Amino acid sequence: MGKYLLRRILQMIPVVLGTTLLIYALVFALPGDPVAAMFGDKPVNQAVAAQIRSEYNLDKPFIVQYFLFLKNALTLNFGNTFAGQPVISVIGRAFPVTIRLALMAFVFEAIFGVLFGIISGLNKGKWSDQIILILSLLLISIPTFVTGFVMQFFFGVKWHILPATAGVDPGFIDLLMPAIVLGSVSMASIIRLTRTEISTNISEDYVRTARAKGMSNFQVTVRHILRNSLIPVVTYLGADIGALMGGAMITERIFNIQGVGNTLYQAILRGEGTLVVSIVTIMVMIFVVCSLVVDLLYAVLDPRIRYA
Amino acid sequence: MKKSPKLTAIAATTCALTLALAGCGGSSSQSNAPQASGADSIISVYGCEPAKPLIPSSTGESCGGNPLDMMFSKLVRFDKSGKAHNEIAKTIQPNEDMTQYKITIKNGWKFSDGTPVTAQSFTKAWSWGANASNAQLDASFFDNIQGYDDVQKAGTPSDAQLAGLKVIDDHTFTVDLKSASSTFPILIGYTAFAPLPEVFYKDTKAYGEKPVTVGPYNFKSWEHNKGIKLVKNKDYKGSAVVKNGGLEFRIYSDTEAGYADVQAGNLDVIDSIPTSAQKTFQSDSNIKAYNEPGSVAQSFTIPTFMDHFKMDEEGRLRRQAISMSIDRKQVIDKVLGGLAMQPTDFTSPTIPGYSKNLKGGDTLKYNPKKAKELWAQADAISQWPADQTFKLAYNSDGGAKDTYDAIANSIKNTLGIKAEGTPVPTFSEFRNNASQRKYRDSAIRSSWQPDYPSPENYLKPLYASSAADGNGSNDGDYKNPEFDSMLLQASQAKSVDEANKVYQSAEEILLVDLPAVPLFYANAKGAAAKNVDGFTMNWKNLPVYEELTK
Repeated sequence: MGKYLLRRILQMIPVVLGTTLLIYALVFALPGDPVAAMFGDKPVNQAVAAQIRSEYNLDKPFIVQYFLFLKNALTLNFGNTFAGQPVISVIGRAFPVTIRLALMAFVFEAIFGVLFGIISGLNKGKWSDQIILILSLLLISIPTFVTGFVMQFFFGVKWHILPATAGVDPGFIDLLMPAIVLGSVSMASIIRLTRTEISTNISEDYVRTARAKGMSNFQVTVRHILRNSLIPVVTYLGADIGALMGGAMITERIFNIQGVGNTLYQAILRGEGTLVVSIVTIMVMIFVVCSLVVDLLYAVLDPRIRYA
Repeated sequence: MKKSPKLTAIAATTCALTLALAGCGGSSSQSNAPQASGADSIISVYGCEPAKPLIPSSTGESCGGNPLDMMFSKLVRFDKSGKAHNEIAKTIQPNEDMTQYKITIKNGWKFSDGTPVTAQSFTKAWSWGANASNAQLDASFFDNIQGYDDVQKAGTPSDAQLAGLKVIDDHTFTVDLKSASSTFPILIGYTAFAPLPEVFYKDTKAYGEKPVTVGPYNFKSWEHNKGIKLVKNKDYKGSAVVKNGGLEFRIYSDTEAGYADVQAGNLDVIDSIPTSAQKTFQSDSNIKAYNEPGSVAQSFTIPTFMDHFKMDEEGRLRRQAISMSIDRKQVIDKVLGGLAMQPTDFTSPTIPGYSKNLKGGDTLKYNPKKAKELWAQADAISQWPADQTFKLAYNSDGGAKDTYDAIANSIKNTLGIKAEGTPVPTFSEFRNNASQRKYRDSAIRSSWQPDYPSPENYLKPLYASSAADGNGSNDGDYKNPEFDSMLLQASQAKSVDEANKVYQSAEEILLVDLPAVPLFYANAKGAAAKNVDGFTMNWKNLPVYEELTK
């Protein structure tokens, strides 16, 4: 177990190195000159531009820039943004908001996804199953930004039930609507997944055996059916945490949440290599950790799986 | 791993729930709309995260520039209509040939830290801004002051002073200019010319986060990605009439969200309208709409190095033919929802010096018959190849696609030639291509927003020879000595009115040459919440922030 963990953690090093190099190269290859763009429509003052380029090492070849970034990153100095602020503090402001949003969406989709999935799966073919099926199909087929704008208009602008945007210091109520919008598509997928798994497992031999042994219906459902049905759901949920953080970009723009997606989007527009790479690196690490946690959870759910 | 069967099924969700509850501990009791009303009310306005620290000479963009303008008085102040009035300046006296200005400043002006505003507050600030070592984006605004070239050299000490600025006493200084300028008294109303207190030079970085200012409002706080708060300056001595208690620039990254907040009553004022609401905002009963002719001049430049469009007889005929072949009214009505105005000159309707009656203004009017004639005359000189396309390059991240498709269609239908819009994904890439002269056989989109209310700010950077060849925004390398001498004459004029007359004659030359084809003036549009009063917009398409009340 310990060895396995160590190996998985060591694997993160090449993954992080590879992604940073790739992202750095991609940002570098973006057309347009970020320094010239700072001047907007106005003529570029070459002396000033040269000064800014040397300040941000933009006058050096790509590979030198990348190694300078790596060297500084090792000492936890991620440099400054073009706005003159430490990258670390920009990230420090953006991540908590997005994590809050992603976790709220996660809880929403996990609870309601599994709940409706169970109801649907246990009542296969009945009217409750049909209704849930139709609703989940509907949610899967509508893109997030449509749900977002429609909910914003009705709940925020028209009926004043929830804040139209998250505002400057979003709390639980402010993030409720964005979290529901963000989690709705995944929730629908989880409903479908849980339903299928449960309806398959319900007719398995070991379920019949359990019932024959005289176990109560509740115990059979929880101990046998659910436990086996949730393995793929947990995998899906684990991978989805990362996706929720990255995919929050659209939701963040609609509801004006100054989180990771928004920051990343603007950093790409401005061609700020160091900021983009720093954010992406953290997201890669979140992905890696999430998938590690999921793999470990397998062992809990399925006794046949052992890590050595 | 030891298993505990009862818990496992709900393990994943419970764990996440705990995390989420811990993570949701933010303040949920925020009040979106400030409560006070009347003269003490705080007005929340649409803002965006500044791209640079809050230093006047580095904020060329509006995110930082708008709050800064409210915090800083300059020597002169522009009123709503763009007329300059003395603010901190008592007198601004030019010499005989307009190459030297003697400026005296009023007594009693103080920065927000209590230190007095003196002549040095200006001369040191301008020198610092012009100095290349300090990497200020607006350094070029000082380029007409003597000594500018010296402080633009690499390795200049950061406290080097401009040789052309001489302090006579605490309240008097002189400015020596490299070339005559009648518009200098207007130019110095631009943000970059704001005075700076001594404390600025001690720690410019800290200052940029928390500026000490002198103006209608004082700086209160800047929370990154959240907002910039200003409070009314009780000691303000200038001519702006501040009717509210303060401003809060809320940070948005998207006008859609800002507009929704105005509709919902969570935000008081937004200074632009998202594309999705352009057709509906004037009839929206949730808001107060504003829509008047504005200062942004849209045109497309036809490079003078483009085949068949050179500055010769054929080229001029073709330029005029193209201009007359565009049904601007239809484009404005159908594509822009009527939110623009047809052009009559090369400046814009909010600028003193704007004219509706220039000689040759007919070239800016739709006239398909004349357009065809002119094009045929040009073809008689040198045939336009039947398979050649007239291309219009633009950036597609600014919502210009529909407009440019419509323009291309108009040209195609009138002249019977091939024409199409050729988009580039981002503004940054587009500007890069234009400044590297990569558009050799295509017209280039141009959208010009003024920094100071003078025709000079349109004509000189866009069409003067001195701005060609990569030295400015003259992307088409238009060079006409006659036009240049008109600009010079205007800058030597004795008064602003006289200068504006000469600028108009200079524009009449442009109407013949058409280095760029004017398309329309985009309207100034915005929205305010129902309970907000006094919402108007100024010559720069910005809300008159100080007059907002609720």
